[in-house]
Amino acid sequence: MVKHTVKLTPNYLEVNGKRVAEAVAGESFLTKLYRLYNMEYPKFFKMDVLCKVGFVASEVLLGTEGGERFVPRSDRAVLLFNRHSSLHADNTFQRTIANPDEFYPSPSVFVYTLPNIVTGEIAIRNKYQGESSFILLPEKSEEAMDQAVARAFMDRETTSVLTGWVEAVSETEYEALLDLRLKT
Amino acid sequence: MIIRKIAENIVSPLGFTTEENFASVMAGHTALRRYDSLWDLPFPCFVSLIPDERLDAEFETQVPCSTSTVYTKFEKCVLLSATKALKQCELDAASDRVVFILSSTKGNVTLLSDENPDIERVTPAHTAQLVARHFHNPNTPITVSNACISGLCAQIEAYRCLMSGQYDAAVVIGADVLSPFIVAGFQSLKALSDEQCRPFSANRKGLNLGEAAATVVYSVDDDAADGWRMLAGAVRNDANHISGPSRTGEGSYQALTAVIRDSGLSTNDLACLNVHGTSTMYNDEMESIAINRAALNAVPVNAMKGYYGHTLGAAGILETLLTMRALEDGIVPGTRGFDELGVSMPVKVSSQSVDTDKHTFVKLLSGFGGCNAAAAFTNPNLK
Repeated sequence: MVKHTVKLTPNYLEVNGKRVAEAVAGESFLTKLYRLYNMEYPKFFKMDVLCKVGFVASEVLLGTEGGERFVPRSDRAVLLFNRHSSLHADNTFQRTIANPDEFYPSPSVFVYTLPNIVTGEIAIRNKYQGESSFILLPEKSEEAMDQAVARAFMDRETTSVLTGWVEAVSETEYEALLDLRLKT
Repeated sequence: MIIRKIAENIVSPLGFTTEENFASVMAGHTALRRYDSLWDLPFPCFVSLIPDERLDAEFETQVPCSTSTVYTKFEKCVLLSATKALKQCELDAASDRVVFILSSTKGNVTLLSDENPDIERVTPAHTAQLVARHFHNPNTPITVSNACISGLCAQIEAYRCLMSGQYDAAVVIGADVLSPFIVAGFQSLKALSDEQCRPFSANRKGLNLGEAAATVVYSVDDDAADGWRMLAGAVRNDANHISGPSRTGEGSYQALTAVIRDSGLSTNDLACLNVHGTSTMYNDEMESIAINRAALNAVPVNAMKGYYGHTLGAAGILETLLTMRALEDGIVPGTRGFDELGVSMPVKVSSQSVDTDKHTFVKLLSGFGGCNAAAAFTNPNLK
């Protein structure tokens, strides 16, 4: 059963199919939403764009769900998908090693060169100790994602899955389509 | 219904078949070498590399493909390992009842250093599609990218794909090749040792990186079938830190207890825990805590990193296959590089191989993003 959906693009935010915020030229939409929703999580500013997109979309989704948050639990899985993995962070890190005269690999960039860091960030924020996973697909496929969610429920401790597509190929080209699935 | 291993391969610096790898490990060999300025990197490193000459020669003679395409080292490793595994079984890889699952952390990331990089080819999802098409398989391939636990996650996905009845067989390939990107990244994190890694030892200084590709093919079978079977698998998050393990071993502890519970095993059943044992201060310490919290401290513990280094997306498959092969000979391989125990909780690690009459083991891994995975395997025919 799908409970709540969030769609986040560089232009707008939708919750359960209803547009709730729009971007204004000249400002960071992600930072604006961070402030609008009072997320109060300074680590947000250290994140790369893929993590920021996943983080903001998950915060809005979980705020919509309501109920008690930030209590350790292992019954909720985080299962995200995209095609391009951590491409934006990869490109950023590559630039720090491309020129032998300006060779300065940064650990704070390198840690974001894995797609499952965003699943980890969401798990840390919410104290989710259940399953976390990032799956890469050749293209966005509802069918392939639904099948993966069904497989996640085969872990007998998992009763809900925070899931969806999170892609960010640059600071201004991104998309998150997240929802919450409950075991039926 | 059981999930049974029907074919396998390891392509690594220690050999291009599982047998060749196993013989090298038993002889105590390692392919880890010191390089003073590998790829002109401004620091020495201690890594294990697949030799290009042999890879190219075997790829050319064993992998039928169009001569107009120039394949990357990563793609060659993946295609060669899968080809060699599939030659061992009767499986029709083109069937819509078969799924391909790839495990990789950085895939073709080396391409980013090209002047005009082919961005679409960088993602491992592209390589997975290339492999599935190479074998004329019609299904959407699954690529698992969960850092260092990917190889175990990929096998757990396979297990679920087969247990649910969605597919009858899964070709699971794990691979990573090294590049300035990966080596400089781990160096920037101060995670690398400039000498042979020493898992669980007091004087351990960090990890060594290594290249490998490994393939395991699983199929659904009836309960009486011979050979190795996967019993259960679990993935748990520390929910603690993105690049450091939990000080309480929370995720590994939870993954271990879930797997022991779901497989119905007891401590006495286990020949060994084949652990991550990267030889970083934090990882090995964390694993000792998780093993003790899960009350598994009486079980022999071993780690393969001293032979291969950390093979990233291949590690979960390579280390599972080698443990299976060793137990077939009644052996728990020694932990190469181990000397004096240097973790706070007791674990039964040995630098020497030990004999066993048990035929069941648990594989454990942990990785960046706070993720941890465990899986249990058994082979009743070894009784």
